[in-house]
Amino acid sequence: MTTSEKYEIADLVIKHALKCGADEVAVAISDSASSQIEIREQKIDKLQESISNGLSLTLYVQKKYSSHSTNHLKKADLLKFVEGAVAATKYLSEDEFRYLPEADRYYKGGGEDLQTMDNSIAGLDPKQKIELARQAENEIFGSDDRIISITSSYFDSVSSDVFVTSNGFKGESDGSFAGLSASVSVKGATGRPQDYWGEYAIYFNDLIKSGIGKKALERTLKKLDPKKIASGKYPMIVDNLVMGNLLGPFISALYGSSMYQKNSFLTGKADTKVASEKLNITDDPLRPKGFGSRHFDAEGINAEQRAIIENGVLKNYFIGTYYGRKLKLPPTTIGPSNLVFKTGDKDQAGLLQSVKKGVFVTGFNGGNCNGATGDFSYGIEGFLVENGNLIHPVSEMNISGNMNTFWNTLAEVGNDPYRFGSFLTPTMLFDNMDFSGL
Amino acid sequence: MNLKRREFIRLGGITVAGSMVIPSLITSCKGIPVSDTAAGYMDHFEVTPEQLQKVLSTALEKGADYADLYFEHTVSNATSLQDKKVNSAYSDITFGVGIRVLKGDQTGFAYAENTSMDSMLRAARTAASIAESNSSWTAPAFLELMPRTLYNVGSSWEDVVIKDKIPFITSLNDKIFAGDKRVTKVNISLSDSTSYILFCNSEGIVSWDYRPLTYMMARTVMEENGRIENAMVSESFRKGFEFLSDDLVERLAGDAISKTSRLFLADKPKAGEMEVVMAAGSSGILLHEAMGHSFEADFNRKNTSIFSDKMGKKIAEDFVTVVDDGTLPGDRGALNIDDEGVATEKTVLVGNGVLTSYIHDRISAKFYNVKPTGNGRRQDFRNVPIPRMRSTYMENGPHKHDEIIASVRKGIYVEDFSNGQVNIGPGDFTFFVKFGYVIENGKLTKPIKDINIIGNGPQALADITMVADNMKIDYGTWTCGKDGQGVPVSMGLPTVKIKKLTVGGVNA
Repeated sequence: MTTSEKYEIADLVIKHALKCGADEVAVAISDSASSQIEIREQKIDKLQESISNGLSLTLYVQKKYSSHSTNHLKKADLLKFVEGAVAATKYLSEDEFRYLPEADRYYKGGGEDLQTMDNSIAGLDPKQKIELARQAENEIFGSDDRIISITSSYFDSVSSDVFVTSNGFKGESDGSFAGLSASVSVKGATGRPQDYWGEYAIYFNDLIKSGIGKKALERTLKKLDPKKIASGKYPMIVDNLVMGNLLGPFISALYGSSMYQKNSFLTGKADTKVASEKLNITDDPLRPKGFGSRHFDAEGINAEQRAIIENGVLKNYFIGTYYGRKLKLPPTTIGPSNLVFKTGDKDQAGLLQSVKKGVFVTGFNGGNCNGATGDFSYGIEGFLVENGNLIHPVSEMNISGNMNTFWNTLAEVGNDPYRFGSFLTPTMLFDNMDFSGL
Repeated sequence: MNLKRREFIRLGGITVAGSMVIPSLITSCKGIPVSDTAAGYMDHFEVTPEQLQKVLSTALEKGADYADLYFEHTVSNATSLQDKKVNSAYSDITFGVGIRVLKGDQTGFAYAENTSMDSMLRAARTAASIAESNSSWTAPAFLELMPRTLYNVGSSWEDVVIKDKIPFITSLNDKIFAGDKRVTKVNISLSDSTSYILFCNSEGIVSWDYRPLTYMMARTVMEENGRIENAMVSESFRKGFEFLSDDLVERLAGDAISKTSRLFLADKPKAGEMEVVMAAGSSGILLHEAMGHSFEADFNRKNTSIFSDKMGKKIAEDFVTVVDDGTLPGDRGALNIDDEGVATEKTVLVGNGVLTSYIHDRISAKFYNVKPTGNGRRQDFRNVPIPRMRSTYMENGPHKHDEIIASVRKGIYVEDFSNGQVNIGPGDFTFFVKFGYVIENGKLTKPIKDINIIGNGPQALADITMVADNMKIDYGTWTCGKDGQGVPVSMGLPTVKIKKLTVGGVNA
């Protein structure tokens, strides 16, 4: 679908919904194309291509609210869908806070190109993609007797969206990414450790295309024959690749919806210290080539850079229009874009070096966090560290704590932000974590 | 973008945390009453037998061995309550056809979001390219595989209007608020979906299914002296509108009150290895994570599961029998046919302590030269089927619940869970405990909550030392995730004792 075709459908749906009795309407239309190739034992194991469309519709009818989605865009069916949706909404209860955002908060256009879309990806030769995936496997195929299985994979995706509201917003966005990865299983004395390595980029030309198989194998072999260590309190270093897992519940607690649902341990903490002063997080939507970059959020609100945590002090929540009205708090944005951290001086090796005896966490296994209280407990794997040396892999252990106190134990932040996502987490060092093991 | 083979399960819909906005109001926009025959389903999708054969023959034009077509039309609704009012609703329509081509164990896959010949043939050619020769294929006559009826729908969700659902939601809200003065917030979501499935393959099988799925879920918040506790309760079935009843509302309200209020007394236990007693019911999460995923034959075919060399071997005590069952009537994990047109069955995975079967889809069954077990499942038409669990439970054993508790000197008893995960290769699995008790000298003492438990699959299975005679299936809204695909499942367990697992908690 072209952008103008999408706008045409959006206009049609909005007009029809208003005609059926809606007071306000928002419509998003997206289409995407993706491809995936998996190689195993030097053969194509799976080849998949997808092209899909979707429409989502938000309705405000006599102060009543509903939302809908469909991928069935045949015109006659779509109009019937809209009619049914408007009619059904009338049976709901009124909610005085449900109406579109004030139009002066919308993005007005004219922003710089955020470089989120590589148009060359759509035209790539499938043979080249297959060759890249093959090469990732070939780097290590047959190179070590302990290898049980290698799966390498190339994948890419391009998508484009338009968003239109009945009170004057009209905007479009697009995005792409390409990725290359290898996943390796090896046979050990006690199990079959598995690990992977993947490279991802928005632009195909930025994608690192070699060394992926080798890195995956190296990471996997390091995990052979893990041991548990004794339960106790140890310093914990968390790898930048998985640091986002521990950050997730902290960010969830900053949402207006979480606070309104009494599911946030950060409620009422604005301008107070919630973490060690080493923690500095900025929400930066306008970074060129950022995985979370955008000119406007899911409600069409103009994107702005905001301090979230400054020297450990909570500066801003993520407040969308609806929950802002309900909480009587000024709206910011409905959710994070790129979370950028103030980095420290040391690289990962430097952080490990500073630990006399501790645990380097490189993976999480299950677990959860109680959003209301901040109590958390997660399964972990990683390495026992002594004076910067990895002594042996550890697995089958848990960490437990409370998010309110945990972030105050942040002792150092690395200089190595995560490259493959919108949370740019560096490696971090925490004092005194409760581990359960032997 | 994470390729790690980590399988997980979670309780509740996709949007458990934060807002509980979910669907409830649209009926099938096709508007055609489908008659329960292959012809009725072909009419629904506006295709003819000749067209299906043409698409299949295009899918096989490059010389693959097998092709199948999976048509899906799913209509979902959710109706939600917040602040004591039913004030939001969501609905979704998913429509399309997935075209899969197999050459040995290689897969080519594409899909179309409409059923025009142009779109279907384009997708078929893409999927066909997994093979590289030229061949012609003669279509066999279609043989209709009539599905069973494991879901007896009294009244179809498509015939129910939103105003008939609302009273059950408000009644549940009122009962929870009336049940305890400390209740400050209740969020409720009622979800229903109806799927029309039409399946056919190059072996000439044509089958179809009409699948209802519904759940009702409530999150309750209580506050006392500045402390906030919350708990989630739900029930889910493959049933029609008759799912909603005063009994259901009573049951959920009672559970909501008791599960939330007891948390005020609970704390974290001491960290370390200890004996763990799993209560009857949702403790079936143990089977799902510790062994179920590791028995899925795709992992074993690739040799990456820790159970890959254990077939036919004794892996547990004689009194341990574990099954994966797709035939429990009305169950969330039940299916008349799986998503590869294979009738489901009750599959014994571990019989009297011996590993007897993996969980198979067509590809793995062919690889192992066994009959498919009806476990080939997919999230929707956009995804390929892979081996997945249905309802996984353990049969009753020789011990008594009280006898098991009494046998523990120092350990914990766990009975409510939110999620779990497994790492297939090493076999390490976890589950998150929302509630349980410390056991001291054969008695339940201090309540505990919010801790993760971790163990190793083969070890934990071998360490099951007692199994009671009180097997219970849990009717919670469990969704199992694998390779980015979520499918509904259920689980069950009698009271079971495990010699040793690692329990999260505090260190003195």
